[in-house]
Amino acid sequence: MSVKLIDVTKIFKDQDDASKEFKAVDGVNIEIKDGEMVTFLGPSGCGKTTTLRMISGFETPTNGDIYIDGDFVNDIPANKRNSSMVFQSYAIFPHLTVKENIGFGLTLKKNSKDKIAKDVNEIMEIMGLTTLANRQPSQLSGGQQQRVALARAIVNRPKVLLFDEPLSNLDAKLREQMRIEIRRIQKKFGITSIYVTHDQVEAMTVSDRIMIMDKGVIMQIGTPVEVYSQPNNYFVASFIGRANFIPSKVLSKNKNSIELDVKGKKEIYNSYVSALNKNDDVYIVVRPEGLELSKNEKMLFEGKVKSAVYLGSTMEYEIEVDQLDDVIVAISNNPIKEGFFKEGDMINIGFDSKSTHVIKK
Amino acid sequence: MNKREFKSNFRSTLLLRKDPILLIAISLILISLFLFILFPLAKVCIVAFQKDGKYSLVNFKEAFGFWYYRRAFINSVVVGLLTALIGTVVGFIFAYSIVRAKIPGKKFFNIIATIPIVSPPFIGALAIIMLFGRNGFISSVLLRISDANIYGFKGLLLAQVITFFPVSYITLRGVLESISPTLEDAAMDLGGNRFTIFMKVTLPLAIPGIASSILVLFVESLADFGNPMILAGSEFPILSVQAFLEITGMYNLGKGAALAFVLLVPSLSAYILQKYWVSKKQYITVTGKPTASSNKIVSDKARNILFVICILIATLVLLIYASIIYGAFATSWGNDSSLTLKHFIYVFDVGFNSLIDTLIIAGISTPISGVLGMLIAYLIVRKKFLGRKFMGLTSMLSFAVPGTVIGIGYILAFNSSPFYLTGTLIILLLNFIFRYIPVGIQGGVAVLGQIDPSIEEAAEDLGADSSITFRRITLPLMVPAFFSGLIFAFVRSMTAISAAIFLVSANWNLMTVQIMSQVESGRIGAAAAFSVILVLIILISMFIINTILKLKYNTKSSLLSN
Repeated sequence: MSVKLIDVTKIFKDQDDASKEFKAVDGVNIEIKDGEMVTFLGPSGCGKTTTLRMISGFETPTNGDIYIDGDFVNDIPANKRNSSMVFQSYAIFPHLTVKENIGFGLTLKKNSKDKIAKDVNEIMEIMGLTTLANRQPSQLSGGQQQRVALARAIVNRPKVLLFDEPLSNLDAKLREQMRIEIRRIQKKFGITSIYVTHDQVEAMTVSDRIMIMDKGVIMQIGTPVEVYSQPNNYFVASFIGRANFIPSKVLSKNKNSIELDVKGKKEIYNSYVSALNKNDDVYIVVRPEGLELSKNEKMLFEGKVKSAVYLGSTMEYEIEVDQLDDVIVAISNNPIKEGFFKEGDMINIGFDSKSTHVIKK
Repeated sequence: MNKREFKSNFRSTLLLRKDPILLIAISLILISLFLFILFPLAKVCIVAFQKDGKYSLVNFKEAFGFWYYRRAFINSVVVGLLTALIGTVVGFIFAYSIVRAKIPGKKFFNIIATIPIVSPPFIGALAIIMLFGRNGFISSVLLRISDANIYGFKGLLLAQVITFFPVSYITLRGVLESISPTLEDAAMDLGGNRFTIFMKVTLPLAIPGIASSILVLFVESLADFGNPMILAGSEFPILSVQAFLEITGMYNLGKGAALAFVLLVPSLSAYILQKYWVSKKQYITVTGKPTASSNKIVSDKARNILFVICILIATLVLLIYASIIYGAFATSWGNDSSLTLKHFIYVFDVGFNSLIDTLIIAGISTPISGVLGMLIAYLIVRKKFLGRKFMGLTSMLSFAVPGTVIGIGYILAFNSSPFYLTGTLIILLLNFIFRYIPVGIQGGVAVLGQIDPSIEEAAEDLGADSSITFRRITLPLMVPAFFSGLIFAFVRSMTAISAAIFLVSANWNLMTVQIMSQVESGRIGAAAAFSVILVLIILISMFIINTILKLKYNTKSSLLSN
């Protein structure tokens, strides 16, 4: 049961001045496969929630087509679409018990009483809610409300399950637990799911694929590994994890590699965005853990340690390099073996071309 | 509305095809608002500007060529302004004493200031005649003034101030509660003395509320019919009464409509000023949970003075109710004070039918008006459709339009086919339903503001259409507000007179109109007995509704709480 978005665009008007427009979503194209879990990730205001709300039917696209399971759904209102949403605020009906909340959708679909009771009990069992069946929502903790919201959505066996920042109101520990639980349930039922979040760790851990958005436009769609190790552009590279950007220039382009000028030296790189041409200004993206540090061995750059923070399993450094505008961030993953550097130390920095990816400047 | 906005609203409206019940509901409401609110008003304007089928200003020339009506206009505006100013001052003193000065007996004073809201608006006038009139208890029995004359300016002003200061009190209580006491603490900490702080911090922050109160009271006073009908007298003409007499006494519809139109203009302007200008200037300084303040902002001396003023006003209010109750049992007010039940027996003889009529009319119109109010609140807050703004504006219009004008509008609009409704139950019901929807709408809008919209989206997402969402999710959550609105609407329907007096007939009469005619024929005792019964019915109904609310929903209506 796939979801397909073709050139979906949403324009909002200013409340006070209708002539001012705001393009919340701009030409989004994506196909979400059956049983897949895709995350829409981006900073607030990037259009991820609006895109989700267009899929659920709460917003109508200004342009473009939305298909669920092959059916064109633009004109179908939210209550007739076979999608279920888990809301950021949970949106538990405050005047109904846990059981009544979960059964709400089923009673609307004119199921028999027995069938409703059976389905509701089954899902409560799976979600660990059985003992809470007759509680009022006001007597539930945040995590329990979250479970009820999820159970209420899943019990309808929707074609697509939509999550709107479902964990943002929970504390850090519970968030981690629920993340795992959501993924478990989603896999168990094999429901096609779309998950909206601004938390990149959440996105990396729950999704098959991630769609990263900024200012209404898709920046990249890819697996967690792809978006981290092969970011499409500067925005993705800096939004997902931390990265160092080393400026460079393309000297020549071969079949499966490019030759760059790094500080006057010619170097071959294999991982790069396809649109590069000769003489393009580029960035070599190196993740902090991809850098090699040494006190004595001569390497590409030399810099002064500005700060050194010991985190137990890792050591984090900020290093000032004369030739570069930004400070370099480096992580040493086994500091006891690799040695400690102090603030003020002069050290050498280098990297293997395998740990890099080249993007357009 | 520009083109693009229109297009987007149009698109949203088109989407409603998929939700036929909602579409039907919206269409029906829009049509009825047009028919039962706008059409009568338009009719008043048309008739006012027409003579023998041609548009002209003749009606106005005739009406205001007559010095008496010019006086009536001036009198109405002057009394309106003074009522607004004095009523606001009294309301402010009450609110300030209760919220800030923490005078003893806060609960008692709060009840005193809310009682007049649940009584018929002319009780003040009736009691003032009983206290200060020719046979008045104070004027004649205590002070031995023969031939005391309370009719006219003084009496009317007193009656209106007592009737309307509670409205100001409720507005200003809210305003003062929303001014964080920590601001005054801060000012004191910076070295201000109490008087400076009051003048430079408290008062400026309350100014928008005060302005709003003045405008609202001005509108209420202009619209008032009961008090001037009883107290103004022929020496001191008042516009709303003269418009009534012109129509029911002289059958001069054109001239009556012209007077009504002139009454409409200042009311509507004050209302618009209040709604679109003053109410947007309100300061909100309390955020999050209320701060408990050990506020010593009012000195002991000031507190004592305020306390004495409040006692005096409370005494007057109590005196009014005491004299009504006593008057209902006294054989002949001012002459023979021995107790009797003859007034009540008389009332049940003469007025039992009107009592039943009143209950039927209020009993049918109140719930309809309440549900309609909630529905309109839901639609204008939560839905997008063509005509949403129109719905919001028209449905709130009855707040601004004096009842006299609406009454005249109904007579003009519904006395010919296709709507020949004069003298029927229907016309009274329609009038009551559409006059009191704003009460429900206001409550509904406020509650909806507190209900997370995603709760309704969740219902929709699970397959509920708009009508199911409204019935099973939104309405249950709005129940407390619904009942509060219901009580208000019920009280208003039971005590209404200004519009209803045009619409009653031999078949369908109202208690308020009966009371009025008893006063006019000098049967003060009977009028008092009638009023006592009316207020009792209101109090009993409020008690019943509040008990249901408490038992079933564990909440209280906001009317008499705190």
